Amino acid sequence: MNKIIELRGVSKSFDGETVLDNITLEIKDKEFVTLLGPSGCGKTTTLRLIGGFETADEGQIFFDGQEISDLPPYKRNVNTVFQKYALFPHLNVFENIAFGLRLAKVPNDEVTERVKEMLALVSLKGFEKKNVNLLSGGQQQRVAIARALINKPRVLLLDEPLGALDLKLRKDMQAELKKIQQATGITFIYVTHDQEEALSMSDTVVVMQNGKIQQIGTPTDIYNEPQNAFVADFIGESNILDGVMLSDRRVHFAGHVFECVDGGFSKNEPVDVVVRPEDVDVVLPENGMLRCTVTSVTFKGVHWEIIVDIDGFKWMIQTTDYVAPQAEIGLYIEPDAIHIMKKSEFSGQFGDYSTFSAEMDELSNPDIDETEEAAGSDES
Amino acid sequence: MKAKSFFSRAAAAPHIVWSVMFIVAPLLFVLYYALTDPNGAFTLSNIAALPEYGGTFFLSISLSLIATIICILIGYPMAYFISRAKPSRQPLLLMAALVPMWINLLIRTFSMMAILDDGGLINTLLGTNLHIVGTKGAVIFGMVYDFLPYMILPIYTVMSKMDKRVLEAASDLGCNHFEVLLRVVLPLTRSGIVSGVTMVFVPSISTFYISQKLGGGTFELLGDTIERQFANPDTYNVGAAISLVMMVLILLSMAIMNKFADEDAEGGMLP
Repeated sequence: MNKIIELRGVSKSFDGETVLDNITLEIKDKEFVTLLGPSGCGKTTTLRLIGGFETADEGQIFFDGQEISDLPPYKRNVNTVFQKYALFPHLNVFENIAFGLRLAKVPNDEVTERVKEMLALVSLKGFEKKNVNLLSGGQQQRVAIARALINKPRVLLLDEPLGALDLKLRKDMQAELKKIQQATGITFIYVTHDQEEALSMSDTVVVMQNGKIQQIGTPTDIYNEPQNAFVADFIGESNILDGVMLSDRRVHFAGHVFECVDGGFSKNEPVDVVVRPEDVDVVLPENGMLRCTVTSVTFKGVHWEIIVDIDGFKWMIQTTDYVAPQAEIGLYIEPDAIHIMKKSEFSGQFGDYSTFSAEMDELSNPDIDETEEAAGSDES
Repeated sequence: MKAKSFFSRAAAAPHIVWSVMFIVAPLLFVLYYALTDPNGAFTLSNIAALPEYGGTFFLSISLSLIATIICILIGYPMAYFISRAKPSRQPLLLMAALVPMWINLLIRTFSMMAILDDGGLINTLLGTNLHIVGTKGAVIFGMVYDFLPYMILPIYTVMSKMDKRVLEAASDLGCNHFEVLLRVVLPLTRSGIVSGVTMVFVPSISTFYISQKLGGGTFELLGDTIERQFANPDTYNVGAAISLVMMVLILLSMAIMNKFADEDAEGGMLP
């Protein structure tokens, strides 16, 4: 497949603060690509650069081989579904959707026909005359999608389009968006901070943090083979431990030598070791590779989430069998459940389950200035 | 009866007393004088005498209309410019546009006279011999100068509340800058224009000071005529009749303007 969008060495800063740092990215035609990361990681800015709402400080943007770095939004064959829909409050549903066609001076009959088609596509038949301000969030969302798609763009940009919807509706809309994408064959570039959404919808996921791309891959790649501690922590739950690679397929961590399936590191190289909570088996203490004490147990419906303490490091383990708090248990880890990563700038920041989020640690730390944290956000 | 209603009624009391004393009662007085002769007997002769002032009505309405249109032409782009400036800079820009409101209207008009006069600042600086004061142009200029802030403020208020993403959406769907303005910004700021027009047109049509000073006494506007009638106890009643008709005219034009804003609401009102 040929690439439709290409970013080459793109940087952008706002008020001296770097939001995007030398981003290079290729997006293939007809793909569903998700830009995933926490707020302030640069994902929305990347989308706005592609849409033409911002211009890059450095670097170039290409559309189908043509440079579009300096083209205004109305000259780009790209349409956007905005975060809070941004419907025109003075126009009804029909005129909102017809907006692009009216500008293009499409004849009336054709406008009516194409708006009808669009309304059918987004399941809003019969809504033509409705006031957009009186529609529910889910309905406004559909109007916004129809308004963008009716122009038959090559690329559709979606900026956290499902963020304002409740959980069940969000799942339905995820499926519907995926269906629309496949039916129309339009390239979707989707921005979200919801990792589950990214994994379930995308062909390719681009994980971003600190204005840089941390990893590009399929959802399974990103989950099973995270490249660094940030990706491992952000996508799903991970126990991330300091380890030393003794030789190919032998790694030392948590005071024990484990067999694993990774290789290609130099002898005694320090590494980050990822063990997913669902990949740890709880066994009798005498049968375990590691022995530990359960410090807390939480019922999660499908499984129990238990936190255990091994030499001061808190592991999270998901098990379907109940374990009592304070119980002594053994842990058994299969070689293919261990994933080895090179050390990175994120090493040591993530992976301990004393608290679930970095924010929780910061909340109780008087030395961290909250306003500085907020300044990095690109979500405004 | 709900306990709340006593207190909410009590809260309205000061305003009601105020309104009755200073708004309702004077209006009734105007009505009374307009329909009586100096001896207090009922008559329609005051109203019947009004066609005599038709020329003044026409002149006042035309000058005020022209001033209002000029205010829109200057104020709208200005409000747009301020609302699109950096948020941190907006208060300063807005203040610069509104500072004239802080200075007394009489003083402003008087100083404008000193600037525009035959031997005034402009003619001295330029070495010209322009005759400005005493022309209708000078009166229109005075109205625009005095009332422009009242046009900028309501339009700016509506514009600054406008969701910037809606403008981006328009641009995304194919509007160039001019089309964004025409198809989205203008319809969404119509209510601001309507209040701006009301706030400029009403004081313009009733002003007497501006026309007296900058008009140089060469022609009369409605405000001057009314003032002159009230200066003489014998013509109170005619003055009241002119006031009454002017009030009705203003109310009518406001009703028409509001109709504009209401039609807007049918298609989807502003937040």
